[in-house]
Amino acid sequence: MTMTDTPTPLNRLGRLLVDQPLLPLIGLLILLVAVLAVLNPGVLSMFWAGNTIKIAIPLAMLAACQTLTMLTGGIDLSVGTVATIAAYLTATLAPMTGVPPAIAIALASAVVIGLVNGFGVAICRVHPLIMTLGTALIATGCLLVYQRYVIATGVLIPDFLLWLGTGRSFGLPNSLALFIPFAALVIWAQRRSGFGRLLYAIGANETAARLSGVRVWQVHLTLYTISSLIAGVTGLLYLGQIKTASLSLALPLDLPSVAAAVIGGTSIFGGRGGFGGTIVGALILTVLTSMLTLMQIPEGGRRILFGLIILAVTALFIRLTERS
Amino acid sequence: MRRFIEANSWTLGLAVLLAALLLATKLIQPGFGASGLDSLARAALPFALATVGMAIVVLAGGIDLSIAAMMAVASVTGAVLMQGTTDAQSIPVVIGVLLVGLAMGAINGLLIVVSRVPDIVVTLAMLFVWQGVALLILNAPGGAAAPWLRSIAAGGFPGIDWLPKGVVFLGVVTALIWLPIRRSKLGLRLYAIGSDPLAAFRSGVPVGQTRIIAYALCGLFAALGGLSVTMGTGIGEPIPGPYLLASVAAVVLGGVVLGGGRGGLIGPILAVFILRTVRMDLTLLSVDPNVAAIIEGSIMVAVVMFGAVLATRGRKA
Repeated sequence: MTMTDTPTPLNRLGRLLVDQPLLPLIGLLILLVAVLAVLNPGVLSMFWAGNTIKIAIPLAMLAACQTLTMLTGGIDLSVGTVATIAAYLTATLAPMTGVPPAIAIALASAVVIGLVNGFGVAICRVHPLIMTLGTALIATGCLLVYQRYVIATGVLIPDFLLWLGTGRSFGLPNSLALFIPFAALVIWAQRRSGFGRLLYAIGANETAARLSGVRVWQVHLTLYTISSLIAGVTGLLYLGQIKTASLSLALPLDLPSVAAAVIGGTSIFGGRGGFGGTIVGALILTVLTSMLTLMQIPEGGRRILFGLIILAVTALFIRLTERS
Repeated sequence: MRRFIEANSWTLGLAVLLAALLLATKLIQPGFGASGLDSLARAALPFALATVGMAIVVLAGGIDLSIAAMMAVASVTGAVLMQGTTDAQSIPVVIGVLLVGLAMGAINGLLIVVSRVPDIVVTLAMLFVWQGVALLILNAPGGAAAPWLRSIAAGGFPGIDWLPKGVVFLGVVTALIWLPIRRSKLGLRLYAIGSDPLAAFRSGVPVGQTRIIAYALCGLFAALGGLSVTMGTGIGEPIPGPYLLASVAAVVLGGVVLGGGRGGLIGPILAVFILRTVRMDLTLLSVDPNVAAIIEGSIMVAVVMFGAVLATRGRKA
């Protein structure tokens, strides 16, 4: 019925934003790149583009965790910690056990953290934010204890991770070899698979989903386990990219991963959004970060800006969806 | 008497638990006495103040995730401004920091009411903003605290040796701010919007205004907590401590229902001291501090899980 009302331009813009979040996002990305080109002429090159994509990929993968959990109205703030733990375990265990067992142990611990998150959210019904923050705290403690026993063993970063993280083929970063299948899988899963539809159904109306026979707790448990597993894989990739094993490796990506998903049009209340927008959101944030670095904005200013972006975009989406 | 016990059974249970824990501490460490109580009180003070702030917001039906970041802002603001001041000059600084806390909380509340974005999202975004502000003010731990401020919550209370000044400070500050509010119309309104905002609105409670006041009070206590961090260490700390999860856990353990409307402030304060005593006992048992952190984190997560299960049960019933 609302279609027959005479839509104001703002209304129309709002509907466009809600229905097709990709179009304005890509426009914004192009605008940012243009501003960057004006600020620093000569920066744009094939090398720069490859570098930007390379930096954006781990961010986009962690933002995939946020996108999937946000579709159900949740959030996963343990991704940075999980990625760090997976990277640290792989790098320190590889000299002792060989590479494949090290990676297996790293990913297994990621899955364990995910299961704990899932248990708290699905069965105890703790708010995901508090739950994932809590497991991140415990997991960091475990990492610190572990770190005291492995100082002597040394660090080995597997060659294929280095190839994946830093190498280039035909001017494009090799990490695309991991990311393109990953992105295709996530987008396929959220759009076409039954599990993806369950995520949207729970996010849109959990009671309705439960009444139509969805076992919500199973979906949550699976979801948070998958989210942690993705974070673990991201940690491996990030290890190859950064080339050091530190105790705070991927922690600075926690906040931007939430921001990337929110900018990409995924509603933090669930039921709306998708990974396509998130990828563009991650690219936007990467370009924005390099712009802020160029303008010599300190770390504090960057955090303030990211926080305000999350707030402004969420408020904007609420207004737009209320009107249309 | 019996009705009083029944009405406050949870709080009394916590008090008994705390007493048992202190007794256990005495058994672990026979030398535990006034100085042990004093260090316990000093360690617990920032946690207790954060918990009081959090409890007020939770009672009013909200949650403030930015509390640790606001404490960091207050801590660095105080430490930077107090560097090289005399005692007389540092008094306006303390008042200024408290006003800054009040303003930060009010901004949180205002954004929640005006933007109509849920509190959990707004305060998550503001967590990043306040973190950034703290880093802009002071990039690394530094600054100084006025000597009188450092001595205000350290040592025993004059005359009564076993009573730590920290506990007295906490009690006086909380009572001064909270009791007048609790007894007034405002206190009733806070509980009203916590238990049912719609019913409160229909009974003529200015819901938005009351919510802003609740967050402003939380900001004020966060500022007190931040100052107490500076009091304890003598410097400003721009990286927020683990106060968010600790305060939520203490609030839940203290018998305040997540979702609002039920509970008081005494329970959460007792819960803070219980959690700190457990931590101290682990240290006294010479458990590796990192292992102690894991145990403490697990206890807090378990408490929050238990609270969530209870809250879900309550909603169904």
